[in-house]
Amino acid sequence: MDLSFSPQEEAFRQEVKDFIADAKPKLPENLGPPELARLSKDDYMLWHKLLFKKGWVAPAWPKQYGGAEWSVTERYIFSTETAKADMPTTLPFGLSMVGPVIYTFGNEAQKKKFLPRILSGEDWWCQGYSEPGAGSDLASLRCRAVRDGEHYVINGQKTWTTLAQYADWIFCLVRTDTNVKPQEGISFLLIDMKSPGITIKPIIVLDGAREVNEVFFDNVNVPVENLVGEENKGWTYAKFLLEHERSGLASASRSRAALARLKKIAQTEQSDGVPLIKDPDFAHRLSALEADLMALEFTELRILSQEARGEKVGPESSILKVTGSEILQRVSDLAMEAVGYYALPDELSFGDNERVGPDYAEGLAGVYFNTRKVSIYGGSNEIQRNIIAKAVLGL
Amino acid sequence: MDFSFTEEQTLLRNSLSRYLKDNYSYEDWRKFADTPEGRDPHHWRQFAELGLLAAPLPEEFGGLGGGPVESMVVMEEFGRALVVEPFVPTVVIAGDLLAKSGGALAEEILPKIAGGETLIAFAFAEAQSRYNLADLMTSARKQGEAYILNGQKSVVLGAPWADQLIVTARSGGGQREQKGVSVFLVDKSAKGVTTRDYAAMSGVRASEITFENAPARLIGKDGEGFAPLDAVVDHAIAAHLAEALGAIAVLMSATVEYAKTRKQFGQPIGKFQVLQHRMVDMFIAEQQARSAALMANLKLGDVDGARAVSAAKAAAGKYAKQVGESAVQVHGGIGMTDELNVGHYFKRLTLLEMLYGSRDHHLRRMAALS
Repeated sequence: MDLSFSPQEEAFRQEVKDFIADAKPKLPENLGPPELARLSKDDYMLWHKLLFKKGWVAPAWPKQYGGAEWSVTERYIFSTETAKADMPTTLPFGLSMVGPVIYTFGNEAQKKKFLPRILSGEDWWCQGYSEPGAGSDLASLRCRAVRDGEHYVINGQKTWTTLAQYADWIFCLVRTDTNVKPQEGISFLLIDMKSPGITIKPIIVLDGAREVNEVFFDNVNVPVENLVGEENKGWTYAKFLLEHERSGLASASRSRAALARLKKIAQTEQSDGVPLIKDPDFAHRLSALEADLMALEFTELRILSQEARGEKVGPESSILKVTGSEILQRVSDLAMEAVGYYALPDELSFGDNERVGPDYAEGLAGVYFNTRKVSIYGGSNEIQRNIIAKAVLGL
Repeated sequence: MDFSFTEEQTLLRNSLSRYLKDNYSYEDWRKFADTPEGRDPHHWRQFAELGLLAAPLPEEFGGLGGGPVESMVVMEEFGRALVVEPFVPTVVIAGDLLAKSGGALAEEILPKIAGGETLIAFAFAEAQSRYNLADLMTSARKQGEAYILNGQKSVVLGAPWADQLIVTARSGGGQREQKGVSVFLVDKSAKGVTTRDYAAMSGVRASEITFENAPARLIGKDGEGFAPLDAVVDHAIAAHLAEALGAIAVLMSATVEYAKTRKQFGQPIGKFQVLQHRMVDMFIAEQQARSAALMANLKLGDVDGARAVSAAKAAAGKYAKQVGESAVQVHGGIGMTDELNVGHYFKRLTLLEMLYGSRDHHLRRMAALS
């Protein structure tokens, strides 16, 4: 047993820190915590482009496809340091979702066409998985793709499509066979968002942001060459992607960064004339939360070292999703509580005017409400527990 | 022992519930919540017509002679409909403070409250005060028969709609001393009162208010306002607990209804045991919150009344959060949308949880009163 990182890893950490110190002034201040983001398309891309220039935008991708091909430990160091410095995160849809699917299951033409544009940020991707009738039960999806010569014709609807309003492409799970078991009739298609027949309708969420959308397909033609892998094998690729997604959804480093911000707030806020952080009840709850977080950080490290040894990490990653999301929700709750009545103003009502109350109170209630999603998306926590029950405990 | 409502109380509930159903639906609420005014002034006049505003006030001042149970009935129905109008600050806080202090001010204002001719907001919180009602930097100086106020108040709920304000200020003593706290009535249109209005959680409106040599009228006794203030805030908490209960009840039934109709894996999601247990826990929480609200209202003014209020506030806060969060979780993605009513009830519960003190604050007060 050894907790220390190797000298090479420490050198890498320093390199990351230097890069962050250099990049930070190039980003507008309010880009910080990703939960606060009410960002424009350009804002989202600023950090992406800096990382791309450095060759770091795709930490996990193999070098042959333009990735950094970092070890799991290096990736961990990078995400920890960026979270610590309150840097934004890159969007996962291209870099962590469809990218790996394309280089793992796609053909050469697809790799050549799509991967460089994901890296450079030229193409913005969104995810077409959920449908109104297919949430936790994803395999029941009904968005239909019918082969017609050299095209598929798509009819149906996707929903909860994050930031589809900016997207150039959508990767979709579509039904190509209705006469087999649900999982066996699904295909993985890449669809140009500019195709005629696609309409997008915004969904406003609890913090007032337009984060997600409904996407409708009305006789949309998609060239057959945009099919990834084999027809009707989409479920395999979908599961591959979901497992990737799961472990990154609610990482401890996000909670760690949020907790650091919360501590700063608690040092400034007053309770009966003393800083809130000295209030025994508050301090107790803060410590209880941090204790759980510290344990989670070690759970992450344990899983990480397993991966670093080349062992396959399967359904255990559900633990990270469940625990990570619940801790993130608790941090958002305590942060909202820390600012007292100044959590109550509705951010949107201020428009471009100066808000009321201390700056650090901005958006905290919105973050609390918005963070409800982390126990719902990427496979709800109920589904994650089912996975653990079946696949880990054998129940 | 009898927990049943009188015939009059039941009539009050039924007529209000009918009015809200016909005129204050979620669709209506959305319409006026999106306007700059944020409310439809017609409703307040109707509330007066229905006798709600007079119900808890003493008869000698134009009221109907009810009390906390009447306020509780009104507020539970208000909670069901996400009503935004400031019933508690106007009728409970101002009404109760004025009725207890009596005199010319009570004779002047209380009939106006009962008749729906005035809307009053309660300006008590300051940037540094958190939940301590005595932590005041706003100062009051006597000038002849009147007083002059200087200071700032934070997040005054309902203030954009109010024409008058109940303001807590210090006329003596140190910053957090209970002695020296006084309570005033201030005309919002008076010189020296400036407001900055904005929207707050769940359709409620609020203001930041600055007093610069603003004229004020004293309610009660100079420097001895803390005890009546503390008591009237307990009364307000008890009323808001009933409001929370109304919101909890709506979330409870919406969630169960959704679980019966939403299908995944070929069956209604309500058939999954893990969700059943979650909803059973919501139901238990609702029942516990109902008991807490009743306890607080029935014990108001008793020897152990303040402790019961804090106990109820702390317990109900926990249950309300549980119900709000679970309602969203069981609804899944749709529960995250601004369109569905669930999120707005969840937000109202979140606002109420914070108002007049967090769970920590009330557990501490409870311990201090033990």
